Amino acid sequence: MKYVSEYRDAKLVRALAEEVRDVVTQPWVIMEICGGQTHAIKRYGIDDLLPDEIELVHGPGCPVCVTPLAQIDKALAIASHPDVIFTSYGDMLRVPGSHQDLFSVRAAGGDVRVVYSPLDAVKIAQENPDKQVVFFAIGFETTAPANAMSVAQAKRLGLDNFSVLVSHVRVPPAMHAILSGEYNRVQGFLAAGHVCAVMGYWEYPPIAANYQTPMVVTGFEPLDLLKGVFEVVKLLESGKVEVTNAYARAVTFEGNKPAQDLINSIFQESDRNWRGIGLIPNSGWSLAPDYAAFDAEARFDVGDIHPEESPLCIAGEILQGLKKPTECPAFGTLCTPEHPLGATMVSTEGACSAYYQYHQPLEVQGLAND
Amino acid sequence: MTEKTESPSIESLSCPLPLQHQETIVMGHGSGGKLMHDLIAKAFVPAWDNPILRAGNDSGVVSSQEKNRLAISTDAHVVSPLFFPGGDIGSLAVCGTVNDIAVMGAQPLYLTVSFILEEGLPVETLERVIESMRVTAEVAEVQIVAGDTKVVSRGNGDGIYISTAGVGLLDDDVEIHGANAQPGDAVIISGTLGDHGIAVLAARGELGFQADLQSDIAPLNGLITDMLAASDKIHVLRDPTRGGLATTLNEIAGQSNTGIIIEEEKIPIKPEVNAASELLGFDPLYIANEGKLVAMVAPEEADKVLNIMQQHPFGKEAAIIGHVTDETQNRVLMKTLIGSHRIIDVLMGEMLPRIC
Repeated sequence: MKYVSEYRDAKLVRALAEEVRDVVTQPWVIMEICGGQTHAIKRYGIDDLLPDEIELVHGPGCPVCVTPLAQIDKALAIASHPDVIFTSYGDMLRVPGSHQDLFSVRAAGGDVRVVYSPLDAVKIAQENPDKQVVFFAIGFETTAPANAMSVAQAKRLGLDNFSVLVSHVRVPPAMHAILSGEYNRVQGFLAAGHVCAVMGYWEYPPIAANYQTPMVVTGFEPLDLLKGVFEVVKLLESGKVEVTNAYARAVTFEGNKPAQDLINSIFQESDRNWRGIGLIPNSGWSLAPDYAAFDAEARFDVGDIHPEESPLCIAGEILQGLKKPTECPAFGTLCTPEHPLGATMVSTEGACSAYYQYHQPLEVQGLAND
Repeated sequence: MTEKTESPSIESLSCPLPLQHQETIVMGHGSGGKLMHDLIAKAFVPAWDNPILRAGNDSGVVSSQEKNRLAISTDAHVVSPLFFPGGDIGSLAVCGTVNDIAVMGAQPLYLTVSFILEEGLPVETLERVIESMRVTAEVAEVQIVAGDTKVVSRGNGDGIYISTAGVGLLDDDVEIHGANAQPGDAVIISGTLGDHGIAVLAARGELGFQADLQSDIAPLNGLITDMLAASDKIHVLRDPTRGGLATTLNEIAGQSNTGIIIEEEKIPIKPEVNAASELLGFDPLYIANEGKLVAMVAPEEADKVLNIMQQHPFGKEAAIIGHVTDETQNRVLMKTLIGSHRIIDVLMGEMLPRIC
């Protein structure tokens, strides 16, 4: 495919992996923030191409994974309401709440629909004036502009049957939280290219300086990822603390200004709970006062929510890069994509799901990676 | 001259005829009474006409052929929307059963068809489906010899559900089945993957963008006949429908107790299918096909079979995409574009579009 296959060229990938090998002299722990990157790394076996000195740990950038259990339980309660059409990105349907998931709500008669864009949810609201249409507005800075747009659109159309259940999170506060953690091992970051395409990377230099941790804005194809690793290893080896951009074909320093303006007009910064991690101050967005009427949490009485996590799931440690999925005793046995105990096993961006789908079986490791 | 007033004839005095309900399906069309018989006589029989169906009996009686073995299969079809680029529920219903019989190496001959219709369905819609089944059956050279119609009340169906069953004849010396893959066999796919699944998604308007893509629905028995005439070393044939190629290969690996290695760069996928999949977070290996087959063929005959396939209209883009191996313990692996290997597992539940 044009502009994609070029970035999967086996020869160039191998050549770049060699260059990484040439510059590395000591062990480094590098975190890729975004779950999309985790999947590409496992899918293409990029970690196997890297020298042993480099350890890639997987970050919290999986929107489904970090959406707190309480929000999911609220979603389940709202979706079960007979007058509600509950709309969501597909990934959320299989994420387990305390006792069930959105699929079970649908099977029990709830009207739960997958939409590809929040604007489709607005359209559903227009077409169903006698129903309350709720959109589950989750995600990082990447989904925020479209989610904000849906609220702006609903207000412009005067829709009183549309609301959003918001659970938005932001990357920079998560970086703060990880780097200031007592057990932090991360020495360099591959910053998430899609997030930076929206937000730019002007927020990152102060964090890099504060924690003496270099960062490289990185894309998602094999060559992009290796380029990101190469650049961050060069910075680490030379002792430079900088934020550089290895994804210039999509990202500028300032980012997408109109998208940022839209986000800032609809949302305001707020504290957020991250599933598996806990409360991170100012780490998310909620609806600004002007748009409070579109808040599904205010519109529906979701009752008493007492979320109960599976005691076995170690998603929190995985999302902070402290453990690998294979270090979880439930991995692949009690916890599988069919019967997930935690969201990291569900999402197409979850680290556990990436390991489960793409893990290299022992007997295959002898096969030549030619 | 006074104007002559016509005396009313006896016919015009007759009580008005009950409504014919010729435009939409009503519950009476499934009652077993006149409405149903009219529907059968006017819509089904003329389209699918053959002596066995015309006899109008409770079963279609077919003459026994000089083969010892029969292949029998049945399939239920539900699809939304009923019509999509490249096909419809009718062509799907014929091809589904024809292909399931053909991939055993059998020659499909007869189909039976059951309809579950929803009250309120326009008869014109039903007629379009019937016509599509006629054309598809003609291409597949099979006869529809028995049928049934039921009607469910509005809201309890999705327009039309179709269940088909079929019978085919199987030569004594043909041994083609999922447990027959052998290490060294070449894995051949008859064309591009994922066309049907993405075409249906696009027809639902769920992609949010236009895709100029047709479903690949096709009866594969003609292609298979050519393949079998060319080689007696075809070990496995299967059509990778729901669950896609990945699921089919895993089934075969399990049944045959072998591993399979495929190569990403050799798998034919249309650019528009790739683009839609990239955007939605789907993997074309897991997307449904309705007119494709995967074959495991002894290595020395692989090129010959491939060549024959490429000469058939439904196999033009056939390609050898991998091989059967005893090295990977029933696992299906893919050599990625950059040369590493990864496991190809079966599809878990429903394929869901990703968030970003």
